[in-house]
Amino acid sequence: MANTKNNIIEEVTNSEYKYGFVTDIEMDTAPIGLTEDTVRFISSKKNEPEFLLAYRLKAFKKWQEMTQPQWAHLNIPEIDYQNIIYYAAPKKKKELSSLDEVDPALLETFNKLGISLDEQKKLSGVAVDAVIDSVSVKTTFTETLAKQGIIFCSFSDAVQNHPDLVKQYMGSVVPYGDNYFAALNSAVFSDGSFCYIPKGVRCPVELSTYFRINAANTGQFERTLIIADEGAYVSYMEGCTAPQRDENQLHAAIVEIIALKDAEVKYSTVQNWYPGDKNGVGGIFNFVTKRGICKGSNSKISWTQVETGSSITWKYPSCILLGDNSVGEFYSVAITNNLQQADTGSKMIHLGKNTKSTIISKGISAGYSNNSYRGLVKISKNAINSRNYSQCDSLLMGDKCGAHTWPYIKTENSSSIVEHEATTSKISEDQLFYCQQRGISTESAIGLIVNGYAKEVLNKLPMEFAVEAQKLLSISLEGSVG
Amino acid sequence: MRTENTSFPLSDKLINDFEVYQSDIKQNDTEKIYNIRKLAFADFLKQGLPTQTLENWRNTNLTDVYNETYNHYYQSPEKIEDIDKIFQCNVPHLNTLMLASLNGWYVSKDEALTKLANGVIYGSFAAALLEYPEIIEKHFAKYADNAKNGFTAINTAMALDGFFIYIPDNVEVKQPIQIVNIIHHDKNICLQSRNLIIVGKNSKLTLIHCDDSYNHQKSLSNTVSEIFIDENASFDHYKMQNVNNASTLINSSFFHLERNARICSNGLSLNGGILKNDNYVMMDGEGCETNIYGLYLMDRKQHIDNLVHVEHLHPNCYSNELYKGILDDTASGVFNGHVIVHKDAQKTNAFQKNKNILLTDKAKVNSKPFLEIYADDVKCSHGATVGQLDTEAMFYIRSRGIGEHNAKMLLMYAFADEIIQKISVEALRYRVEDMVKKRLRGELSVCDQCVLHCSHPEKEFNFEIDMTKV
Repeated sequence: MANTKNNIIEEVTNSEYKYGFVTDIEMDTAPIGLTEDTVRFISSKKNEPEFLLAYRLKAFKKWQEMTQPQWAHLNIPEIDYQNIIYYAAPKKKKELSSLDEVDPALLETFNKLGISLDEQKKLSGVAVDAVIDSVSVKTTFTETLAKQGIIFCSFSDAVQNHPDLVKQYMGSVVPYGDNYFAALNSAVFSDGSFCYIPKGVRCPVELSTYFRINAANTGQFERTLIIADEGAYVSYMEGCTAPQRDENQLHAAIVEIIALKDAEVKYSTVQNWYPGDKNGVGGIFNFVTKRGICKGSNSKISWTQVETGSSITWKYPSCILLGDNSVGEFYSVAITNNLQQADTGSKMIHLGKNTKSTIISKGISAGYSNNSYRGLVKISKNAINSRNYSQCDSLLMGDKCGAHTWPYIKTENSSSIVEHEATTSKISEDQLFYCQQRGISTESAIGLIVNGYAKEVLNKLPMEFAVEAQKLLSISLEGSVG
Repeated sequence: MRTENTSFPLSDKLINDFEVYQSDIKQNDTEKIYNIRKLAFADFLKQGLPTQTLENWRNTNLTDVYNETYNHYYQSPEKIEDIDKIFQCNVPHLNTLMLASLNGWYVSKDEALTKLANGVIYGSFAAALLEYPEIIEKHFAKYADNAKNGFTAINTAMALDGFFIYIPDNVEVKQPIQIVNIIHHDKNICLQSRNLIIVGKNSKLTLIHCDDSYNHQKSLSNTVSEIFIDENASFDHYKMQNVNNASTLINSSFFHLERNARICSNGLSLNGGILKNDNYVMMDGEGCETNIYGLYLMDRKQHIDNLVHVEHLHPNCYSNELYKGILDDTASGVFNGHVIVHKDAQKTNAFQKNKNILLTDKAKVNSKPFLEIYADDVKCSHGATVGQLDTEAMFYIRSRGIGEHNAKMLLMYAFADEIIQKISVEALRYRVEDMVKKRLRGELSVCDQCVLHCSHPEKEFNFEIDMTKV
């Protein structure tokens, strides 16, 4: 038994990261290091209006005053912020008018990733904005969406074409001084996605962004801004991959969601950055600030995430429930293997009356990894009749890994109900035995049990992602016996 | 480690006193003990008093307490007459062996240390320093970790008296030992006391620990208890807290369990200005069992902060924590639970639960039930709830003709009862039931609140309780 166990674990840990290729594309990069000049360089490169440069410089100044946070249950090797290229864009040869003119090497990249940007995708009804090394390369469906008044474009396009919206909402949920990585991002962000759904419009397709880090030594700093106007609905998906490299690469992104009255935003992520090899060499540092605000009454924001990649994850998608009757949801499956570390969870800040939030978090740790859930549920004085339910379960596979839960519960009124539950265990031998005795191999049985364990969250994913997520789950863990 | 330098009148005074009263502080110490004190003092200089920048103190603001001026005493008070009258317990049928301290100093009409025929020793910590230095040296500051916070460090450095209880191997102490701390002074007072309790192999001890205050002066009490439970020994601990609203109690208990030892600790906090109860349990052997219960009923501006830190170092240990609280008016409650299951502690069972009822919109609860797990074959769970009285249960009771007020009382009492029923000393349980009922009805007034139940508060410094009436 022990032998099979070892074999299986070995197999799992050896399973290759299939997105670890590098594409040879000519890049336009900023000089290495970070100074005020770098910030100005990025801003001028992108031909940004004055207000944005001012914003970046304010953020840069703030960042210089801050220190990297130490409170997370993570062991972060020292990051040399002066040894990172803060801007890397595929070199533009000329303006592109159709997909045929896109660099074939780039297209090849996306085909390998399984995202075809061409019109075939129409069938699956997914509009894609692909971001490579923090620059948006191609956005599909823009015109179709434009008919409904939906703006879905790269962040830089939004800056050029809709500066008012950007000015009004950027930084309104995650201010530039929010935290160390948010400040860094606010100073040097290169691109990202922008989405605006006008009043009463239900976005007919799933919007999707694909992030890819390609160039060496670069950090990826993108920003996503989603605004759902009154009564609007949008489902937004995000996926990410990176090549296999020996050094760690930094990814510090910001996602801001604004849901106005009666609006609903569903944000799904399958995070599959390169996690480093089995000795913990290389991999992405994924330090992301994601936050949404339910500004109007009856609005809803739902985060769903499947975290399998990154060598270190530091990420707490949050909801500020400002509007009365607003709803916040967080569904997460976080898997860590080998020497991966994850400190992830959610914050639910209840400010409005009758607000509701749900947190379902499933952590799975294997190998030598450490997986932490860290969450905050805060019910303020005025959030009367609010309700929270949190459940965070951890599954341990192997005796070298760790699973931790750090919930914070703050309640300041008497009419609200907060419940938190958590369990930590391994896959029970009874369950395994039951499956095996019915002729299911150990490996499949574990796949089955883990999938069942994560089902509650996977069910919340849009179809396209659910399939990918299930595959990822089985790649990451198939056969690990605890 | 904190980097900012925080200085308060209190810490300045303590630092100053350590030098000025050096001769008083070390009067009973062996060289080894005094060296431990000096190290602890150095530790205190480094970290200062705990502030909200520390994770375990972030929800308890003591700035006002630190800025207050207190009287400190480094000499034991004059011998007190009529000790029987001062310290009497009117808990019916509770037959205990009572030890008493006044403002942190051990008081007794006989010897400062009593040695029974079966080898049990109990009495003053200061006296034990002189008489049994070899026992103290073996255990003193071994379990209390100075790095935990500045209060523990300064206590190790400066606490001069407290209780010393030594139970040798193979002794079952049938009669519970009761220790009563009374805070009574006509000026603001800061006291530090140190308890050392050793339960030998296969022995058994029940300890009832009462903190009471008698007047309305401000006080700050910093108590550190080190409790060593040897193999197969069993220790039951009841902590009753009833102090006035101007009192701040910092209570840190460090339990160290050897193989197959078991403890059951029950903290009943009924009144107090600011209460901080830190329990650190180290299970340093296989097969240990830890049960920690807590009940807190807070109202007005009272604040309670319960910390339970349990470490599973070896396989097959069990720990269970259950804390329940009812918070009224603008009271605030904090629960800091932290269970650490170390790498080799397989087959661990660890459970944590914190339940709160908020009666008003101004009451607050902060709950942090943490789990940190490095072993895979474990069963761990934690839960926390904050809510109010169940409306359906309320309706059920009311539909049977019980008035709203009584229905509310019934439900609150039922909520608290889960903890009360864990008390295995029958007489004490009845008494606590009674007190909780009184407390919930709001009848447990400042003077009536203490276990002592002095009937004439206007009389000066005389807890007149007639034991014959009991």
